[in-house]
Amino acid sequence: MASLLSPIKDVHSERRLFIARVILSSVVSVLLLGFVIVRLVQLQVVDHELFAEKSQGNRVRIEPVPPIRGLVFDRNGRVIAENLPAYQLELIPEQVGDIDDTLSRLSGLGLIEEEEIPRFKELSRSGPRFKPVTLKFRLTDEEIANFAIQRPRFPGVDFRPRLVRHYPNGSAVAHAVGYVGALSTDDLERLDPAAYAGTSHTGKTGVENAFEADLHGDAGYRHLITNARGRQIPSNTSELLDTLPDDLTPEPGDNVYLSLDLDLQLVATQAFEGRRGALVALNPNTGEILALVSAPSFDPNLFAVGMSTSQYRELSENPDRPLFNRAVRGAYPPGSTIKPMLALAALETGATNLTRKSFCRGFFQLPGDDHRYRDWKPEGHGPVDISDAISQSCDVYFYEISVDIGIDAMHDYLSRFGLGMQTGIDTGGEHEGLVPSREWKRRSFRDRDDKRWYHGETVIASIGQGYMLATPLQLANAIAAVGTRGKRFKPYIVAAVEDPLTSSRHLTQPQPLPDVEISSDFYWDNVINAMNDVLQGERGTARAVGYGAPYRMAGKSGTAQVITVAQDEEYDELELEERQRDHALFVSFAPLDDPQIAVALIVENGESGSNVAAPIARTVMDAWLGYDDAP
Amino acid sequence: MRLSDTQRLIAPKSAPLNDFARLMRKLHVDGPLLVGLLLICGLGLFVLYSAVGESNRLLMNQVVRLGVAFVAMLIVAQLPPGFLRRWTPWGYMLGLLLLVLVLFKGEVGQGARRWLDIGIRFQPSEAMKLGVPMMAAWFLHDRQIPPKLGHIAIIAVMIVVPTILIARQPDLGTSLLIAASGIIVIILAGMSFRLIVGLGIAAIPGALVLWNFMKDYQKQRVLTLLDPDSDPLGAGYNIIQSKIAIGSGGTFGKGWTNGSQAQLEFLPERDTDFIFAVLGEEFGLLGALTLLVLYMFVIARGLYIAVQAHDTYSRLLAGSISLTFMVYVFVNTAMVTGLVPVVGVPLPLVSFGGTSMVTLMAGFGILMSIHSHRKLLPH
Repeated sequence: MASLLSPIKDVHSERRLFIARVILSSVVSVLLLGFVIVRLVQLQVVDHELFAEKSQGNRVRIEPVPPIRGLVFDRNGRVIAENLPAYQLELIPEQVGDIDDTLSRLSGLGLIEEEEIPRFKELSRSGPRFKPVTLKFRLTDEEIANFAIQRPRFPGVDFRPRLVRHYPNGSAVAHAVGYVGALSTDDLERLDPAAYAGTSHTGKTGVENAFEADLHGDAGYRHLITNARGRQIPSNTSELLDTLPDDLTPEPGDNVYLSLDLDLQLVATQAFEGRRGALVALNPNTGEILALVSAPSFDPNLFAVGMSTSQYRELSENPDRPLFNRAVRGAYPPGSTIKPMLALAALETGATNLTRKSFCRGFFQLPGDDHRYRDWKPEGHGPVDISDAISQSCDVYFYEISVDIGIDAMHDYLSRFGLGMQTGIDTGGEHEGLVPSREWKRRSFRDRDDKRWYHGETVIASIGQGYMLATPLQLANAIAAVGTRGKRFKPYIVAAVEDPLTSSRHLTQPQPLPDVEISSDFYWDNVINAMNDVLQGERGTARAVGYGAPYRMAGKSGTAQVITVAQDEEYDELELEERQRDHALFVSFAPLDDPQIAVALIVENGESGSNVAAPIARTVMDAWLGYDDAP
Repeated sequence: MRLSDTQRLIAPKSAPLNDFARLMRKLHVDGPLLVGLLLICGLGLFVLYSAVGESNRLLMNQVVRLGVAFVAMLIVAQLPPGFLRRWTPWGYMLGLLLLVLVLFKGEVGQGARRWLDIGIRFQPSEAMKLGVPMMAAWFLHDRQIPPKLGHIAIIAVMIVVPTILIARQPDLGTSLLIAASGIIVIILAGMSFRLIVGLGIAAIPGALVLWNFMKDYQKQRVLTLLDPDSDPLGAGYNIIQSKIAIGSGGTFGKGWTNGSQAQLEFLPERDTDFIFAVLGEEFGLLGALTLLVLYMFVIARGLYIAVQAHDTYSRLLAGSISLTFMVYVFVNTAMVTGLVPVVGVPLPLVSFGGTSMVTLMAGFGILMSIHSHRKLLPH
C-alpha cells in the first residue's frame, strides 16, 4: 500500500543509507558513553584519593568530650565540691508536635516558669530540630516522679542525666570555695576554645575560679558519623565506624585539697548565724587559711544548677549582699585592732617607751585646736602605759603618741604588717585596703587643700579610723605576724593539688613574706602580753570572753564607726538605724607562746568588738585548739 | 494467525525451539532485549534499595511500577507496526491537544504545569516522547529518502510545536529530549551532513535566544556546571556531592548500602536523578561500567532491530527509540558526573518514579513488535 503511493522509493539504497546512519550513530553513542566512562575513570581512579578524603570530611564530625571536673576536699579529705548526676528536662523540637501547647502544659505542671516560655520557643526554633533544648537543669525527685507519670502526654520531652557540680555544705563554704556557673560570652573569649569545647560550666569565684586550670582538666574528643544535617548516626547501625581514627579520652581535672577545715568552717559559719560580717582564721606559721566566712552567704549550688532570673535578682538585690565576699573584698575601718601594730611602731620609732605613762581624761586635743578627740570611755582611763593602752584600748594614749610617730612612719609600719596591700592569697579577688600617708593623699585628691595632710587625720588614723581600710584577711595575716613575732606568710587556701589518675600530690609550700623587724624582743613581749591581758587580764576589754580558757590567748577588739558623728552631739544608739551602728571587730591568736591559729573577724553593726566579735573568735580558737567544751 | 504460520515455517531452519522460546515468540517478546532490560532493572532495584534507605515499602513501590511498565511493554508488543503507523497521526494530534489542555487546565506541581487529570493523572508530555518520533517516521514512511528540504521543514514543525508546548510547562529536560528523538529520525533518514552542520551553526544564535527564554534557575544550572565551587552550598551542592560520592567509590566501591555520601544524605536526589552516583559510590567503577555495558547492549540490540526492520516507519522509529534511550543514559550519567548541566533527567529504568518508566517500556514494546512482526519474505 505504501509502496504504491511512493513509487520513487529505492528500498535498497534507503536501507544502505539507514545502515550507514546507524553505524554513524553507534560510533557517536560509543563516543558519548565513552566520554562518561573516561570521566568515571578520572573521578574514581585518578582522583579517588581526593574524593575519598572529601567524603570522609563530609561525614565525620569531631565531638569534644568534656573532662570530669576535679573534686575539692577540705584538709581532712572531706568533700567540699563534687560532681553528682542530676536529671535535666529536655525538649527535642522535631519530636514535639505542638511546641506552644507542650510548653504551656509543662508550665501548668509547674516544671517551667511561664515567663521563660518565649525563650524556650525561640531556642526550639533557632537550633537544629534534633538538638535538645534544656528546659530545666535539675529536677527534684518529686518533679521526676510527677513528670514520669505525665510523660506519655509529652512526646519529645524527657529527662536526661548529666553531671552537676554539687557543694554538700552549700552556703557554708560558698565564699571560700566559690562556685561554677554556666560559661558566659566573656568566659569564652578568655578561655581556650579547644579545651572548653565540650564544657558547659566554669569556675566563677574563689578556688573554683583561681584553680580553674587545675580543676578543669583537658577535653578529649570522639569521632561521630553524621549525616548532611549534622545528625549523629547511632554507632551500632553503621559499619562506617570501622574506618574512624582513634578517639582521645579526656584527662580529668586535678583534685584540690584545701587547707580549710570543714568543722572549723561550720563552727565559724554557725557563729555568724543571723549576722552580717566575715571571719578569717589562718595558721600563723604557714599562712594556711583554716576558715573563711562571709555572712550572709548563698547556696553555690544555685549557680551550678542554673537559676531563674527572679532567683538571681533576689540574690543580687538583697541589701545584705550575700554574694559579696566580705572576707577578702570587704574593706572596713580596722578601728582599734591596729593598736598592737601601732604600739610596736611607736616603741620602735621612740615615740614612746615601755615606762611612759599618760593620763587619760577621756579626750585629747591637739595644741591650738579646740577639737576634742574622744576616747570610747567618756570618763577616761586615768594613768595608762602602753600595755594598759592596749589591754584597755585607751584611745587617748594612741592619740598622743600618734603625733610623735607621724603618719608616714605609721604607714611604713602598718605596711610591713601587710596592711594597705593585697596579701596575695591564692584565690585572688582581694581588696587592697588602705593605709593613708602624705604621699597617698597628695596622689589621690585634686584640690590643693585636700592634698594637704592634717595632724587631726594622723590622730584618728591611730585608732584605725578616717581613711584607713582593711579586709578581715589582711587583719588576720597582720595579727598572725604579731603572734609569730614578725614572721609572715602569704595566705593560701589550696594546700595540695592531686592528679586523680596517679594520686600524686603537689603540696603547696608556705611562702614567707618579708619579716617585720623589731629591734627588741621586749617590745614583742610587751605587746603580746598586753594583748593577752585584753582577754585574760584583770582590766582587759574582753576579759569576759577569755575567762576560764584552758590556754593563753591574745586579742584586740576594735569598734569602727560607720558614720561620722557631728561635734558635741550625743548620739543615741537606739535612734540610729541598725545599719549605722558601729562595726565590731576582733583580732586574736592562740596559744600565746606558740600560736597555732590567728583569727580576725568583723560583725557589721555589731557595736562592740569585745562583746560581740570576741566571743566568736574564742569559739573558733577553742574549736581549732580542741577545747570545744571549755566554758 | 498468519504470523504464527510464518513462525512455524521458519522454525525448522533455526535451532529446535523449546517451549519457553515458543512462548516468547507467541508473546512477541524479543529475548535478548528482555534479558538486557531485566538485568538493568534488577541491578537498578539493588541500587534503589540502598538509595531509599533500605525501605522495603519504597522498593515494592518500584517493583510494582516496573511490573506495570513490563505489562505495558507486552501489550504494545502485540500491536503490529502497521497498526501503530496507521494510528500515528491521530495519536499525535490527540497528544498535541492534550498538551494544549495542560497549558490551560493542567495541575501545578513543583512550580510546573505538567499533569493532566482526566480520571487518571498523567503527563501528556510522556506520550509525546513516543508521539514525536512516530509522527516523524510516519511522515517519512511514504516519502523519498533522504528527505527533501521541504519535508524536513514540515517535520521540523511537527517537532517544534510539542517541544515549545512542553518547554512552556516548563519542562526543559523533556522538551529537549523530545526534540532530540525527532531530530534523530531525520538524521537516520539520511539528512545530508551539510545540512546538519549548517543547522548546527544556525543553532548557535538559537541557543542564545533560548538562553534569554530560560528561567533563572535554568540559567543557574548552566552557570553552576561551569563553576560548581562558586556556590558550594547552593546550586553547586548537587554536583559537588555527586562527584564526591562517585570519586570516593573508587574502583570497587564502598559496598552495598555502605555509601556514606548516599546513606548520610549528603547526596541530594539520591533515589531519583542522582541514583547513578549511589551506584558509583557503592559499587565503584566496576558497578558503573557494568550498568553502562548493559545499557549499551540494549541500545545495540535496538539498533540491530532497526536495521532488521522491513519498512521505513519501523526502521526510523526503532532507531529513534534506541538512540533516544542512549541520549537519556548519556544526559543523566554526564550530568551526575558533572559533564553537562543539571537537567531533570532520570536514569532510565533505575531512578525511582514511574511516569517515564511506562513510556520507556512502551518504547521497547514497539521495538519488540517491530522485530517480531517482520515479514519474513525477502523484498
